[in-house]
Parts: sequence; C-alpha cells; structure tokens
Amino acid sequence: MNKFLLPLGIFIVLVALLAVGLNLNPREVPSPLVGKPAPAFTVPQLHEPEKTFSPKDMLGKVWLFNVWASWCVSCREEHPILVEFARTGMVPIVGLDYKDKRADGQRWLARFGNPYQIVPFDADGRVGIDYGVYGVPETYLIDKAGVIRFKQIGPVTPEVLEKKIIPLVQELNK
Amino acid sequence: MTPELGHFALILSLWVALAQGVLPLVGAQRSQPQWIAIARPATTASFLLVAIAFACLTWSFYINDFSIAYVAAHSNTQLPTMYRISAVWGGHEGSLLLWVLMLAGWAQAVALFSRQLPDAMVARVLGVLGLVMFGLLAFVLLTSNPFERLLPAAEEGRSLNPLLQDPGLVYHPPMLYMGYVGMSVAFAFAIAALLAGQLDAAWARWSRPWTTVAWIFLTLGIALGSWWAYYELGWGGWWFWDPVENASFMPWLVATALIHSLAVTEKRGSFKNWTVLLAIAAFSLSLLGTFLVRSGVLTSVHAFATDPRRGIFILILLAIVVGSSLLLFALRAPKVSLGGRFSLLSRETLLLVNNVLLVVACGAVLLGTLYPLIIDALGLGKLSVGPPYFNAVFVPIMLPLLVLVAAGPIARWKQAELGDIVRRLWPAAVVALLAGIALPMLAGEWHGYVALALALAAWIIAAIVLQAIQRLKTGNPPPSWWGMQIAHFGLAAFVIGVAMVGSYEEERDVRMSPGETVTVGGHTFKFLGVEDVRGPNYTAARGSFELSKDGKMLRILHPEKRNYDSSAMPMTEAAIDAGLTRDVYVSLGEPLEGAAWAVRVYFKPFVDWIWGGCLLMSLGGLVAAADRRYRLKARTATKTVATGAMAA
Repeated sequence: MNKFLLPLGIFIVLVALLAVGLNLNPREVPSPLVGKPAPAFTVPQLHEPEKTFSPKDMLGKVWLFNVWASWCVSCREEHPILVEFARTGMVPIVGLDYKDKRADGQRWLARFGNPYQIVPFDADGRVGIDYGVYGVPETYLIDKAGVIRFKQIGPVTPEVLEKKIIPLVQELNK
Repeated sequence: MTPELGHFALILSLWVALAQGVLPLVGAQRSQPQWIAIARPATTASFLLVAIAFACLTWSFYINDFSIAYVAAHSNTQLPTMYRISAVWGGHEGSLLLWVLMLAGWAQAVALFSRQLPDAMVARVLGVLGLVMFGLLAFVLLTSNPFERLLPAAEEGRSLNPLLQDPGLVYHPPMLYMGYVGMSVAFAFAIAALLAGQLDAAWARWSRPWTTVAWIFLTLGIALGSWWAYYELGWGGWWFWDPVENASFMPWLVATALIHSLAVTEKRGSFKNWTVLLAIAAFSLSLLGTFLVRSGVLTSVHAFATDPRRGIFILILLAIVVGSSLLLFALRAPKVSLGGRFSLLSRETLLLVNNVLLVVACGAVLLGTLYPLIIDALGLGKLSVGPPYFNAVFVPIMLPLLVLVAAGPIARWKQAELGDIVRRLWPAAVVALLAGIALPMLAGEWHGYVALALALAAWIIAAIVLQAIQRLKTGNPPPSWWGMQIAHFGLAAFVIGVAMVGSYEEERDVRMSPGETVTVGGHTFKFLGVEDVRGPNYTAARGSFELSKDGKMLRILHPEKRNYDSSAMPMTEAAIDAGLTRDVYVSLGEPLEGAAWAVRVYFKPFVDWIWGGCLLMSLGGLVAAADRRYRLKARTATKTVATGAMAA
C-alpha cells in the first residue's frame, strides 16, 4: 500500500461528505412540534427574577415566541427586524434568553433595543431542550389555544415575516 | 453593446485558457519548443480578454446600466461612485469574475517575471494555471454569468447592502482574493515540478518569492476583514470564528507552514514531498473556502444567496483539481529522494515542529468548521460549533509555536547544540519572566493568561534583539533574514494586542441625556446631543461626544445611526479615537425618551496592535521576497540543475 495515497483517500472522503451536505439545508430542520401544544414550562424573567413566565399566561392570544441569546451572532442580524416588527404591535413577542448570563442578556437588550413584551430567562437551556432548539435564533408562532403553528429556524427575515408570519397571524386572529 | 462585448470576451478567454492549459503542458512533456512557446502569448491573451470583460462590467456599473440583472441587483443611482465601482464585486457573479481576473493577472505576472527560468518549467506552470482558469471560467459562464440581461430594464437598482458600503469593503475582497488566488502559483509550481519529475532546491527557490507575495496579500486581506468587522459591525469584536472567516484563515495557516517548509527544501533539500503536499493543500483550501462560501452548505453571518447548481459545479471542480493533483502526488512522491539527514535537535526539526503545529491548527479549524456539516450528512442531527471550541483547541496549539519562534532562527541546520541555544537565549528568558510578572500589574489586574501571553511576546522580541546584536557583529545579514525577524516581531505584537484587549477592555452601556458624562478606562465622554444629517443615500442621527482625559479636551467624536433609503435595517457607525496604546470607541444605541439615547462606550487597550502585527508580518514578507538572491541566483541554479540532470 502506497502511503502517499493517504492524502487522496482523505480528500475523497471529504468530497463525499460535502456532496451529501450540499443536498441538505442547514436551516431546515423538520419540527415534530408544529401542530402540537407548546410544551409547558415556568422560568424566571430576565429583568425581574422574582417574576416568572409560563406559556399558560399567553392563552387566548396569538403570540410569537423567539429564542435568542447574547452570544448568538445570527441574533444580531435578526434583531433589527424584530424591533421594527414589534413597533407595529401586531402580535406580542416573547423572547426567551437561552443559555445566557443574566447581565449579558440585559446589556444586549439595552444595546440593541428590546422588542419583547416579556423576556423569560432560561439559564441552563432546559426549555430549549423541550422545544427542540437546534440553533439560536428560533421563532415559534403559537395560537390562542397554545398550539405551535409555525417554526422558523435561523433568523427571521423580512421575507419570512411578510410571506409566512404576518398572513398566519392575520388568519389566526380572525 | 458593452455587456455583450464583455460576455464575448469572456467566452473567447475560456477557449484561450484551454489552449494555454493543454498545448504547453503537452509540449513540455514531449519537448516540443513550438508548443512550449505558446504558453506566454496565450497567457497574455487570456489575461487581456478577462480584463476587457471586467472593464465592461465595471463600466456598466459606472453608467448605471440596469438592463443587466447583476447591476440592477447590486447598485442604484444614489450610490456614491466609489461604492458603485466596488459593487462590481459586491455579489456572487462579480466576485467570481474578480477571482478569475486575479488568476489571469498572477499568470501574466509569472509570464513576465520568470524570464530567467527554463522555458519548459514556465510552460508547465502557465499550463496548470490555464487549466484552473478554464475550470473557473466555465463556472462563471455556465452558472454565474454577470452579463445576463434583465428585460425590460429596471427603472432603479436595488442598491448595495449598506453593510458593504464602507471603505474597508472596497479593499478587503480584492486583497483576500489576491492571496487566495496567489496560492494557485505555488500550486502550479508544485504540479509543474511533479510533472517534470524535478523536485529539487531550484524549484523551491523559484516558488518561494511567489508564495511569500501571495501570503502577504492573504495576511492583509484577513486583517482588513477583521478590522472592517471591528468598526462596521459595531460590537467591538475583531474575530468571530465564523465559517467565512475560517475559510480564509485555513489557507493562511497552511501557507505559513509552506513558507517555512520551502526554506528547508531550498537550503537543505529535505521535506520535498511534504512541501509539495503543503502547496497543493494551500490552494485546495482556497478552493474549498470558495466552495463553502458560495454553496451555502454552512450558515454564516455572511449570508450569500445560494444556488445548488453552483455548489455542485464548484464541488466537481474541486474534486477534479485536487483529486488529480493528489493522485499525481501519490504516483510521483515515492521516487523522490529524501534529501539531507538531520539530527533530532536541528533547525530542520524545529521547522518540522512548526509545520506540524500549523497543520494541526488548520485541521482543528477545518474540523470545527465542517463538523456541523459532517454530523448533518451522517444524519446524526444539527448543531453549531462556536468560539469556545475554537479558543479551547486553537490557543494551546499556538503556545508551543510561540516558544519555538525565538529558538528556530538560532538553531543550526543539520545539528544544533542545546548548550549553544541556551547560552544565546538565556537573557531573553529572563526578560520574558520579568515581563510576565511585571507588565500585567502595570496594565491592571494580574491574570495568568495575560502574563503568559505577554511573557511569550517579550521572549520573542528579546530573542530578536539578541540575534540582531549577534548578527550585526559579523556584518549586515541579508534582507531575507531581516524579513523573517520583522514578521516574527509582528507575531509578537499581534499576541500583545490579543492578550491586552482580551483582558483589559472595558465597556459601558449607559442612558445619556445631553450634558451628561461617562468615564471608561480613564477617558471621559460628554454627550453634547444628536442632530439629523443627510448623507448621499441615507439619513442619519449624528451624535456629538466631547472626549477628554484628565480634564484635557482631546477631540469631538461623531458616531452615527444611519437609515439607508433602500433598506429597512438601521446601521450603526461607531466613532473611534484610535491610538498606539488604546482605542476608545463610542456608538449610539436606541433613542430613548426626550433627548436621551442609549450609548455604548468601549475602552480597548492595544487593539490596534492586532492589525499592526499583521501589517508587520506582511512587511516582513515583503522585505524577504525582495531579496535579490531570488533574482540573481536563478540562472546559476538552473545551470546546476541542468548539469546535475546530465550527470544522472
């Protein structure tokens, strides 16, 4: 066996993996949660630790559940869009601060603006596991009965907002 | 008319590149002088044709020809001229055309500046470059034609992403591409040497200056990108281990290893196979970087529009170029002689350790970058790898490298003595120890991490000073020696910058009303107020801050919050007062009630040393590449090779 073939062998494996990877969409993850009730949880809030938040508090409202973190680069990309959208007041946005430090999360919101009505704080990421969070940011649209209707993995773009979220919110609010 | 002319020139260049690729290679293999002689004129012709195409596209941007889809998507009439020109490479199609233009430019430079090399060698090098160019031109023409018409023409263009409307981004991609594509020259020399079966010291000497120049561009390109992220993205970081950043960093690590390994091959005739493999790897990683960025297999802050057809095309191109090179390597490498022997402690060994560390570091970055993709491809789930992984893996690999940087240039070739190295370097060790203990205390709180980094930096700098004193006693060392020392000094400066800013930066987020002050790192900012200003294609809220230190007014800083007409996303323009030992950085957050604003101020000690260090590394490369011996000795080297070949 020619040891100089080794680099070629490694390269062939790499190309095979890349070829498979090309057919996958890194932002698209099948979510078994769409159409199911949003998992229940109770966690403290970011700014006022003595207060808690639970999805039950939102029953009767259509709401947007956004998972973010101060360490997440893509969240910065998404954030101005959420801030802008929050101004329309079309739908309340709850922003779960995920696997973060309290001070970092507060500073981040102070810096980039706070589009959230309530900011629950998930320090150890347990809520994220229940919701199947793969990568932050993720956004869920939850209806009046507490059922998840739509899930966006990766940043919410103006396109997703206009084509998917806003029409769905209008329909659910009818 | 202009776009059709450009398109036509591009199609012509495809066939000229094919001729440039095939004929000289066949000619060199069969020793046919007429076919070998085609290499240079064909190279010039393909370069001119690609240049015409590029000029046509640039002109279309300049005159706002929105009947071209690519122009309409990336420019508009409100855009200042400078950004209209840089918008040429603001998107996928144009940046690929720039890639090809640079490849043609490098080939043309080889054709011009290699008169002293044997014709057959030059023909092979140009031939390999021609083949690569053919592949990329086919890619441009088949999947990413920048001259595609949009009928009916758009009334107004969509404009360039405001993030990209910045001087840093005018220069960053061309620099980076010059580096990426420059690796193709080192690659072409390696393949030419493999084809000819002439892997020798002469080959290493010929490819050294080219490799160094490409490395300079790569270094500058990465540094510019980092600097741009620092002031434009507005959150004060300078490196994020983002896949796109990693894509440029991996070829840099391997190219750095290649520069060092070429030195061994040239001086001692050792490491030949290893050097060739590094040359192939450096260019392969450049191509892989292009694939990762352009195919959308990874998610990144640099969101590029993606098209699966493009991804498949680049992957096939990558497989053909790299696969055939590695196959050629596997066939030829067993016949290559091993070169001079060396003992366990020698300069060869130290450079080998340098190479191993750099390659392992590159492997670690590659693994971290591709890991999400691999796990996904194997159906094991989705995940992302962040800075904690890279810092945890990368930093420990770099520490021994920093220790060895000082010892390498002192160790003798073939066999070095430990006693000799210790005798010459012990003062540097003392300086390092003192620096590690004292400097962090002067700067602020003492941390083990910053003490270690500063000690290592002091160790490198002290060793450089010692060596300079010792060498100057026996006459002036050659420029290549000075170049090496300057580059190593740049590395030390870089380490200082990273350590200082990592440990002692301060930031404050405050709510400020006009008249209020905030102090950070001994600097006081007085908020004077915000006014609305109108730029060429945006409106901005422009803040004024009076910066003072110890009661002395230094200057007024104007951070801005811009709303571009063509985009809903507000952009933050930070205002930075840069200095040798610190930057102070202020940017506007959100407007609050009344005239109050959320304001964020940073104090960043020694942050400019990070990019200053990169500049010094590039300068060192420049000094080394300009060494006259590369030009003078080429002839004699050729002669020895020729006689050697005859004797054999």
